[in-house]
Amino acid sequence: MTSINKHVTLIRNPGTAFQLDKFTNININRSAVEHRCTGYASRRSIKKQQQAAWLMKVISLIDLTTLSGDDTHARVRRLCRKAINPLNDNLKNGLSIGSLNLSTAAVCVYHDMLEFAKQTLEGSDVKLAAVSTGFPAGLSPFPLRLQEIQYSIDAGADEIDIVISRRHVLEGKWEALYDEVKAFREACGSAHLKTILATGELGNLSNIAKASQVCMMAGADFIKTSTGKEPTNATLPVSLVMVRMIRDYYEQTGYRIGFKPAGGVSDSKTALLYMVMMQEELGLRWLEPDLFRFGASSLLGDIERQLDHYSSGYYSASYRHPLA
Amino acid sequence: MTLIKSFQKLDYSQALESDNEAHTWLKKHGNRFGQYIDGVFTSQDSADLIATHNPANGELLAHIETADDSQINVAVDAAVKSQAKWFKAGGHERAKALYALARLLQKHARLASVLETLDNGKPIRESRDADIPLAIRHFYYHAGWAQLQHEELANYEPIGVAAQIIPWNFPLLMLAWKVAPAIAMGNSIVLKPAEQTPLTAMFFAHLCDQAGVPKGVVNIINGGGETGAALAAHPSVNKVAFTGSTSVGRSIRQATAGQGKKLTLELGGKSAFIVFEDADLDSTVEGLVDSIWFNQGEVCCAGSRLLVQASIEDKLHEKIQRRMQKLRFGLPLDKSIDIGSLVSQSQFQQVESLVKTGLQQGGNLYQPDNAIPEKNYYPPSLITDVDSSHPLAQEEIFGPVLISMSFRTQSEAIELANNTRYGLTASVWSENINRAMDVAPKLKAGVIWINCHNKFDASCGFGGVKESGFGREGGKEGLYEYLKPKKLKESSTKQTTVKIKQKELSGTVDRTLKFYINGKQTRPDGGYSIASYNADTSIAAWIGAGNRKDIRNAVSAAQKAKNWSAQTGHTRAQIIYYLAENLSARQEEWVQRLMQTCGTSKKQTTAEFDASISRLFTYAAWADKYDGAVHNAPYRGVTLALPEAIGVIAQIAPDSQPLLSTISLIAPAIAMGNCVVFIPSQRFPSIALELIQVIETSDIPSGVINIIAGDKSELAQQLAGHGEVDSLWCWADHDTIASVELTSVENLKRLWCHENDDRDWLLQKQSEGLEFLRQATEVKNIWTPYGD
Repeated sequence: MTSINKHVTLIRNPGTAFQLDKFTNININRSAVEHRCTGYASRRSIKKQQQAAWLMKVISLIDLTTLSGDDTHARVRRLCRKAINPLNDNLKNGLSIGSLNLSTAAVCVYHDMLEFAKQTLEGSDVKLAAVSTGFPAGLSPFPLRLQEIQYSIDAGADEIDIVISRRHVLEGKWEALYDEVKAFREACGSAHLKTILATGELGNLSNIAKASQVCMMAGADFIKTSTGKEPTNATLPVSLVMVRMIRDYYEQTGYRIGFKPAGGVSDSKTALLYMVMMQEELGLRWLEPDLFRFGASSLLGDIERQLDHYSSGYYSASYRHPLA
Repeated sequence: MTLIKSFQKLDYSQALESDNEAHTWLKKHGNRFGQYIDGVFTSQDSADLIATHNPANGELLAHIETADDSQINVAVDAAVKSQAKWFKAGGHERAKALYALARLLQKHARLASVLETLDNGKPIRESRDADIPLAIRHFYYHAGWAQLQHEELANYEPIGVAAQIIPWNFPLLMLAWKVAPAIAMGNSIVLKPAEQTPLTAMFFAHLCDQAGVPKGVVNIINGGGETGAALAAHPSVNKVAFTGSTSVGRSIRQATAGQGKKLTLELGGKSAFIVFEDADLDSTVEGLVDSIWFNQGEVCCAGSRLLVQASIEDKLHEKIQRRMQKLRFGLPLDKSIDIGSLVSQSQFQQVESLVKTGLQQGGNLYQPDNAIPEKNYYPPSLITDVDSSHPLAQEEIFGPVLISMSFRTQSEAIELANNTRYGLTASVWSENINRAMDVAPKLKAGVIWINCHNKFDASCGFGGVKESGFGREGGKEGLYEYLKPKKLKESSTKQTTVKIKQKELSGTVDRTLKFYINGKQTRPDGGYSIASYNADTSIAAWIGAGNRKDIRNAVSAAQKAKNWSAQTGHTRAQIIYYLAENLSARQEEWVQRLMQTCGTSKKQTTAEFDASISRLFTYAAWADKYDGAVHNAPYRGVTLALPEAIGVIAQIAPDSQPLLSTISLIAPAIAMGNCVVFIPSQRFPSIALELIQVIETSDIPSGVINIIAGDKSELAQQLAGHGEVDSLWCWADHDTIASVELTSVENLKRLWCHENDDRDWLLQKQSEGLEFLRQATEVKNIWTPYGD
């Protein structure tokens, strides 16, 4: 994975003091945001070899995810092995990309799957992420939520995806949100903290922007759209609002915060729109796995088929690619 | 490059749209186009040729033949011959033809897009996503109006033959804006595309036959400015519609002066893009991309004057500059670019030299790194540290050049926004609906966009005020540009002059009829008087002869009274009713006066008097009912079409039925919130001056109505030349009208001219109602997208 670490090492966001004035005046115009989002597809073109290259990049950004009640060790093992080796040998040879050792960025599971996943991922570059803090609703007792983080770190998680208390946003209790996320961050220690805003439950775009700011102030390493369990998960307009907040925070503090859309990005075409958005709004530096992830389960399968098409000239059947 | 290298670099693709089919099409036509006249393509070996190039690479695309005078004559004759039959064919037949044109354009949309981009240099993305789809929509939308014409516009008929002259910045779209409403309403047209970009018009001509448009209804001729001028001036042309530069607009105004042609001019602009501190700034920056970096800034309504609230000025400039770094420019056929080539080398040179000379008078230029102006590509530019006096803040640049100024308060923003000769569009960026809806009506422009810019749709009227021209294109309001009221054929019983016995005048006190300025009876400045005669040639009164200074005072009073338009419709109605009440109370005196002055019979005079009272009631009724519309444009939001007062209207009255005609002109104007400078009938000036006493007692605010008598043609001339008269209604002889039209070349004033008495003021159908209300208002379209 030579290309991925070519950039300067990321300095972690230490967070800032709670500053109400940094975000109370935020106004977001939904129509204008949606209009901008139509431009990513119409203004930029990624075709043929570029498309294959960008899609390979997408693979390296995926948090390959399973978050189901019926997850088993066997299921998680299959997922982890797919994460380490996402493309079959035929395809890799066809594309002449064996030397890249392409893998997904991480595997994302519930706490109970961590130990087993850790064993399977041993020796690979694939990170291990756990959803935490009473995921997906985040309404378990606060001390338990902190403990859950600790448990997951002890079980080998490199990254913790927490959920925020949506009620703090809906009730305008921004400082309570700040305190909550700050406590999560402290509990994380050296593990990376991704804060899930559950944007589909925050009411409007201005709330999403404000919540993004508060999470970054409280020390989030990533801000993430959704649990995948809300009625609406990642959308381009919501993502654009969050990404603009990341840009503002970077300009004000010098710290780069990562972005993770989750839920709803299930095909190559959509993934490329997100890639264009990141490139246009934040630049190439944000197309690396330390700053951008896709939370996805079925996206990889679609990318495999697209790459196969690029390699062979024909569309491939999904059964020809190993199941994740 | 290997796939691994691409993986490390993550470049966009250069995605070139193929131009093979377009070139095949051009070759098929021998890369040469003559005229499309009476359904036939004609070509003359001896014709003067104009070359049309691809501005992006200099490649020669085709030659067009310049139409000579005889070809212009043949084209106009073909239009004349076909027109009546085309109208008689009925709305449904016309709807079918327009629908077929829309479908055909849709079927060949990609070819049209590529042709447009080759010819003009605009990004294929824009011709594909904006120009062509909007043009198609225009034909669909107007197919609908043709179908509904019988029902919705029963009292109107087509004007006849329209000469249409269109610019190079949106060639096919401007063709659609012109052709669709004209032929939908049953007119025939002769269109001249810009000589820089004739190709899509030629392409369109090939579709007309297939669509079942009868021969002669659509004629397209080629040529440069002189051809356009000759076409506009052709005596058989009834209507001229022009979109283009203000200077060419002036020359068309000049060429058509005194010809009695209806005129629509859609001219230049220096539109304000106003950003308040409570705007969504990131979205605002994207709005600028849509505004000034759309079509390389070669857009008449480009938001080229950024007005930003001082508290966020630096922040916004940083955001704009960062965004500019991300703009990609390159080959127009590449789908991954934002900015293509300017239309021609001469346009490039003009933009470059305007910016260069402008910067000598100060200002800081920012252009993205590595953006070197070369060939016909001009880089996106931001110029800061300029003030309203800077030439770059005043002149239309017509390139991708944004200038920025700051303001302190909302009222200063409005003042700066309106501080321009132009008045085409403006956009307001604020998340505070109170502020946005307060500011929008105060901006002097035809289209206001709230939190967006450069949105267009066939259902919403487009057009300007002041020197940006007059008339609307699109929406129901745009149809009237191609219609005239069915009228002026019938008249009420012939007026007869009756000998009235000279009344015994001895013993009465000598009377002096004064002018009425700013709510006061005023003596004429010059101190000269002229006689006003009765029907029996006895002197009715001596009347002051108004002059330039009286006009100046009256216009200045009218300007100061403009707050009248801010009164509610209800209030204005009450005052007009009160005027009717006070006039009615003096019935006997007035009937007597009219009989004596005009020599009409008692019956006729009573009818005129009663009609006058009724007319006042009509406009009092309309004052709170002429509502405007909410247009159904395809987006999430509302477009409000608001009829707004024009401002100061000067009126030169006809001679017949002097009381009724006076009221027929003043009442609709003031009902809609205008202030009036009224010049009474030359023959019977005493009538309007006697009316002053009634006006004075009717609570009409000072300055709303001003009356000055005198030599009609001299005063008309003064009013036509006065910069603060926003519109002029003129009933006069041919020469006066011609000279008024000539005088207005400089200030491009709205004119409504009529040779002599063209109507019977007693007939409601001819002399009352919507036609007058439309002349007393200008429609402003306010676009308001919403969503949280």
